[in-house]
Amino acid sequence: MSPKIPLTTPRPSATFDDYTLSEIRRASATGIYDIRGGGAKRRVPHFDDLLFLGASVSRYPLEGYREKCSTTVTLGTRFAKKPIELKIPITIAGMSFGALSANAKEALGRGASIAGTSTTTGDGGMTPEERGQSKTLVYQYLPSRYGMNPDDLRKADAIEIVVGQGAKPGGGGMLLGQKISDRVAEMRNLPKGIDQRSACRHPDWTGPDDLEIKILELREITNWEKPIYVKVGGTRPYYDIALAVKAGADVIVLDGMQGGTAATQEVFIEHVGLPTLACIRPAVQSLQDLGMHRKVQLIVSGGIRNGADVAKALALGADAVSIGIAALAALGDNDPALDAEYAKLGTRAGCYDDWHEGRDPAGITTQDPELSKRLDPVRAGRRLANYLKVMTLEVQTIARAAGHNNIHNLEPEDLCALTIEAAAMARVPLAGTSWIPGVNGSGGF
Amino acid sequence: MQQLIGELMRTFDLAKSPLRELNEALHRQKDGANEAHWEVLNPRGGHAIAVGIDAPIEVDVRGSVGYYCAGMNKKASVTVHGSAGPGVAENMMSGKVVIKGDASQYAGATGRGGLLVIEGNASSRCGISMKGIDIVVKGNIGHMSAFMAQSGHLVVLGDAGDALGDSIYEAQLFVRGKVKSLGADCIEKEMRPEHHEALSKLLEGAGITDAKPSEFRRYGSARKLYNFNIDNADAY
Repeated sequence: MSPKIPLTTPRPSATFDDYTLSEIRRASATGIYDIRGGGAKRRVPHFDDLLFLGASVSRYPLEGYREKCSTTVTLGTRFAKKPIELKIPITIAGMSFGALSANAKEALGRGASIAGTSTTTGDGGMTPEERGQSKTLVYQYLPSRYGMNPDDLRKADAIEIVVGQGAKPGGGGMLLGQKISDRVAEMRNLPKGIDQRSACRHPDWTGPDDLEIKILELREITNWEKPIYVKVGGTRPYYDIALAVKAGADVIVLDGMQGGTAATQEVFIEHVGLPTLACIRPAVQSLQDLGMHRKVQLIVSGGIRNGADVAKALALGADAVSIGIAALAALGDNDPALDAEYAKLGTRAGCYDDWHEGRDPAGITTQDPELSKRLDPVRAGRRLANYLKVMTLEVQTIARAAGHNNIHNLEPEDLCALTIEAAAMARVPLAGTSWIPGVNGSGGF
Repeated sequence: MQQLIGELMRTFDLAKSPLRELNEALHRQKDGANEAHWEVLNPRGGHAIAVGIDAPIEVDVRGSVGYYCAGMNKKASVTVHGSAGPGVAENMMSGKVVIKGDASQYAGATGRGGLLVIEGNASSRCGISMKGIDIVVKGNIGHMSAFMAQSGHLVVLGDAGDALGDSIYEAQLFVRGKVKSLGADCIEKEMRPEHHEALSKLLEGAGITDAKPSEFRRYGSARKLYNFNIDNADAY
């Protein structure tokens, strides 16, 4: 009997890992690229790679619960006759009726209104539910112009010209046939059940010089009352922000690659655009170089999850942040209580991202009337309000600990980075050193 | 400044007063307004002239205009006695806009209703993403016209440029002259009696008496790209 030859342990390939191989099998079987919702899932340098220094002898802190720490923010102070005043610097990002159920849109409006912040329409127009329940509503002006009309434009509290978004900078919208219900089809003036792919560029302008004239037109139509936001995906933030300022924006929304989408190609989500952390300092630098920092307000989005993320974005120079995926989670998206139903869809709680299929057991990313009914807009709105309030308290906790009586006084000097990559992107020193890669060559402290 | 000239007619001179005052005055007009007829002098290629009107008034613009003239118009009848820059009558809801000269790119873009008449030629992307507007062009139209056109009618008495009706949905296109090429999923369709009738009404509405519906060909969607199919990918 020959001696037994020991086998090596089966070794999976780091390059051809399980997910990669499953995608090759899926592509071969279907002949279509993978479409999903959400933002980039890959690990990228993020706010977790930053820490606040806190106060000690060189700086003294403020008393939590006793000494005031202001959280209010005013957006649209540059040209608009009626700027927006928000109690907290955390807004709800644009998400369409179509991508979301009417109940989900209503819940977002309710939650935002209780917490004293704004919510935003999306590709598909304004519904009475969300206008009715949103104290402050931002109306998106998108390339598709679905449902666009001057009456809704005038009902809005601000107008957001969407040039791009972090999940797919350079890409258009997508709403597959399963979600084009009668009401969605009517609002968008499309045949029911088609796979709707909206344009990636605006139909009547291209480039910054045209944008300036488009902004003029929208201001004239709305009598210069509404703040005009320009939303861009994170691509070349220094130049994009400078051009948006030149075009006349009151507010700029900058969305990094972790920002969500209702549906687009996986390859687009994971391989195009900059991480949120890498966007903020070039954007702020651009505003500072033009003497417009704090005059044109900057809203940052893409992967904001808690008060620490908010505080870090503000410290790097943002005036406010925006949340989408986190707001859906607060409503009940991806809740483990629904795990058995997620299993039927071939996924599990925390991983569900086939929002385009419209079979969301939480009743959020669906147009199915039975599934939609599962979401109680009053209770879900309350959950969102609670979450927004917790985040705000967290920001105040950090700001007071850093010695600030206004969360907008947080500054880069309050931060350090845990990794060289994050130090370079956020332009703050690597923890325990004074080294900011790309800014100074010093390795000292 | 604004002057009362004759009964119920106001003249606004953009050489003397700013655009803001003109649009503000036009926005004050509501249904049944007394000042039913406005004349705008010296537009000098200015942008956003007479945008966002929401009243059944008449506006005559004496000269050429820049971008987005009569944008989002509701109910008003706006006539430009000259040529129009990009995006004339963009997202028009209702009413009528007439351009006596030529129109630049994106004429009638995303329009949801009303009638846009261009007596000269229209440039590229005429009727892009149209959503219910009717557009009648007496001359020729440029390339990529009626791109992603969702609904409404585009009537062209002259020729159409490349890629007419690319990715078109349910809009109907009628062209009397030559079509250089059709875009993805746009095909020629039969002119049935109902199309003759619809076209006849459109021509009549635009005040055209020297063209017959029988001289036109109809184009619309093959509806092959409505639902994604990998084997159609080379259409793009």
